[in-house]
Amino acid sequence: MLELVIISILNGVQFGMLLFLMASGLTLIFSMMGVLNFAHASFYMLGAFFGFQIARWLGFWPALLIAPALVGIIGALVERYGLRNVHRQGHVPELLFTFGLAYVIEEVVQMIWGKAPVDFRVPALLDFPAFTIFTTNYPAYKLLMLLTSAGIFLVLFIVLTRTRIGLVIQAALSHPHMVAHLGHNVPLVFMSVFGVGSALAAIAGVIAGPALVTQSNMAGLLGPILFVVVVVGGLGSLAGAFAASLLIGLVQTFAVSVNTSLADVFAFAHVTPSPGSILGDLWTVTLAQIAPILPYLLLVMVLILKPTGLWGTRET
Amino acid sequence: MIEALTVRAGLAVRPAVPVVIAHYGTWIAVAVMFVVPPLVFRSGTALTMMSLMGISIVFALSYNMLLGQTGMLSFGHAVYFGLGAYFAVHCMNAAITSGLPVPLPIIPLVGGLGGLAFAILFGWVSTKRSGTAFAMISLGLAELVGSSALILRSFFGGEEGVTTDRTRLLRLFDISFGPQIEVYYLIAAWCLVCMVLMYKFTRTPLGRMCNAVRDNSERAQFVGYNPQFVRFLAFCVSGFFAGVAGGLAAIHFEIANSAYFSATQSGNVLLATFIGGSGYFFGPVIGAAVVSYLQVMLSDVTEIWQLYFGLLFITMVMFAPQGIAGLLMMHRPLWRRRALLKVAAAYALALPPALVMLAGIALVIEMTYRLSVKAAEGPHMTFFSVPFAADQPPAWLTAGLLIVGGFILFRLTWPIIAAAWVNAESRKELAQ
Repeated sequence: MLELVIISILNGVQFGMLLFLMASGLTLIFSMMGVLNFAHASFYMLGAFFGFQIARWLGFWPALLIAPALVGIIGALVERYGLRNVHRQGHVPELLFTFGLAYVIEEVVQMIWGKAPVDFRVPALLDFPAFTIFTTNYPAYKLLMLLTSAGIFLVLFIVLTRTRIGLVIQAALSHPHMVAHLGHNVPLVFMSVFGVGSALAAIAGVIAGPALVTQSNMAGLLGPILFVVVVVGGLGSLAGAFAASLLIGLVQTFAVSVNTSLADVFAFAHVTPSPGSILGDLWTVTLAQIAPILPYLLLVMVLILKPTGLWGTRET
Repeated sequence: MIEALTVRAGLAVRPAVPVVIAHYGTWIAVAVMFVVPPLVFRSGTALTMMSLMGISIVFALSYNMLLGQTGMLSFGHAVYFGLGAYFAVHCMNAAITSGLPVPLPIIPLVGGLGGLAFAILFGWVSTKRSGTAFAMISLGLAELVGSSALILRSFFGGEEGVTTDRTRLLRLFDISFGPQIEVYYLIAAWCLVCMVLMYKFTRTPLGRMCNAVRDNSERAQFVGYNPQFVRFLAFCVSGFFAGVAGGLAAIHFEIANSAYFSATQSGNVLLATFIGGSGYFFGPVIGAAVVSYLQVMLSDVTEIWQLYFGLLFITMVMFAPQGIAGLLMMHRPLWRRRALLKVAAAYALALPPALVMLAGIALVIEMTYRLSVKAAEGPHMTFFSVPFAADQPPAWLTAGLLIVGGFILFRLTWPIIAAAWVNAESRKELAQ
C-alpha cells in the first residue's frame, strides 16, 4: 500500500509538472490576449513529432533544443500574421481561429506522420531504472522529465518575478497602453510571450513523447485537460496553474490506481441493484474507469461554485 | 388625407395571390427546393447526401440560436443531438417490442423532447455564466456525457451503440420508410417545419431579447429582463431542435452510438454555422448544405479532405468572419442598383489566378501526403489526371511556380476589384 502511494505521488507530481509546462504558457497567453488558445496542445503535439523526426536524424539531445525552437518560431509567426489580424474582429473569431488552427495542425500531422503512433524511443543513455522503491523500478527517463519540468518552472519563476524583462511582461499584461507609452514595444512582447509559451509546450511534447504515445490524437486527448487546469487554477494566475496542475496530476494518477466500485464499498450491506439498469452500471463501475472524467467534473463544479477558479482574481 | 386613404385602399384592393406570395414566397421557394431535387438526382448517393443536408440544416440552425442569436459559444452542442438520437432509438425499440401504435414521423419529436429535457438540466447549470466560462462549461459537459456513454452501457449500449429498425413501426398510408426516398421526404418535411418555427422564434419578443442579451446584457438587465433566464430559455429551445436533428439522424442511420456525442460532431456544427455566416438566419442553412456537400464530394476526391476543410475554415475566420451569407449580403445593395455586373467582371478577372494559386497549394499538399504516409505506394501519382512522379524536382518547381505566379497575378487584380467597387458605389449614389 505504501509502495502504491509513493509511486502514485511520484507519477502524479511528474504528470502535474508536465501539465504545468503547458499550462504556464497557456495562462500567460490568456492574460495577454484574453483568449484561450485552443491550439496550445497542438504545439505540444508538434513538439513531440518534431522531436521524433529530429531525434531520428540527429539524436535525442539536439532534438530537445531544436524542436522547441522551431515550434516557438511557428508560434510567433501564428501570433504575428494570424491572431493579430483576427484580434480586430473580436473575441469569438479569435477563439475560432485557434480552434481552426488546432484542427489544421492535427490534419497536417496526420498527413505527414499518419494516424498510427510513431516509434519515439527513450534515448539509450537514459534507458535504465534510476532507483527502486520496494519492488517497483523508477525509470531514469521519468526522473529526467521531472527534473526538466521543475528546472523550467524555476527559471520561469525567476525570469517573471526577478528580472526586468519579467517586470515588462507583467506590466504589459495588465496595462499594455501604459507600457507602450513608456517606450516598450508591446506587440513584440506579446509575440515573444506567445512564441516562448509555444516553445514551452513543445519542450513538454519532446520529453513526453517517448514516455507517452506520440500519435496524431495526443493534442485532442490533452487539450481539454489543459483547459481544466487553467480554469480550475484561475485564468491568468501562474500560481493557480501550478497548484491545479499538481492537483489534476495527482487526482488522475491516484484514481487510476484505485480499483474500487460502489459495489465493493457497500459489499457489507448485501444490496445489489439489478444488472443491466443504469443504477446497476453505476454500481459496478470502478474509480479507475471514471478517472478520465474526474477533471471535467472538477471543472464544472469549480465554474459553478467559484467562477474565478481556485486561485484566480478575475472572472472568466 | 384623401391621398392617404387612396393609398391604403390601393393596398387593400391588391389581388390576394401576390400577397400570399409576398408573405410566404420565400417558404414556398424553400419547399420547392426540398421537393424538386430528388426528382432530378435519383442516385442513392445524392439522396443520402440530401438527407444529411436536411439533418445538418436543422442542427446548424439550432446551434445558431446560441451562437448567432444569443452570443453563446458552445463546444458541446452535439450532446443534445446525441441524446435526442438515443431517445428516438429507444422509443422506436420500445414501440416495436410493445407493439404500441407509434408512427415513425413523430419519432423526431421524441428526440426533441429528450434534447429539451437534458438542455433544461445542463442549461440550468451552464447558462449561469456567459462568454468564455460558458464555452468551457459546455466543453466540460460534452466530455462528461461522452465518457458517460461508455460507462452507462445499459442505456448507451457501450461502443457499438443501439440499433433499431425504422420499418417495423406502425405504418400510416402504407408508407414503410424502407426506401431512402421516403426517409428523405420525412427529413425534408421536418426540416421545413423546423426552419419555419426557428425563423418565427427570431421574431418573438423572446427572440429579440436574445439579441439584446447578446449585444449588451447589462442594458437588457436594466430594461427589466434577467439575462441569465433569457440565455436559459434560448438554450432549452436550441436543445429541443438539436434533439429533433438527432432523432432524424437516428431514423436515417437506424443506429445511435457514442460518435454522436463526439467533439468532431460539436466541432463540425460550429464550422458549418460559422462558414455559412452566424449573423444571418439563412447563414447556417447555406453552411450546413455547403459543408455536407464538401464532406461527401471532397472525401471522394482526396483522402485528406479534412485538411482542406480546416484551411477553408481558417481562411473564412481571417478574411470573411461574416461567412458566406455575409459575403452575399455585401453585394445586395449593388444588386439593387443593378451595378453587380461591373464587380462580377472584376471577380471573373481575379478568379483564374486565384484558382491557379489554389491548385499549386493543393499540389504541394497532395505530393507531401504521397511522399510521407503513402510512401509505400511509390512516388507516381496523378493530379487532375496529369501523371507525374512526386519525388522529382520538376513537380515541386511546377507547384512553386503555380503558387507564386498565381499569387502575383491574383494580387495584381486586387486594385481592379477595389476600383470596380468604387465605381459601383458611385453609381449607387447617382441612382439615389
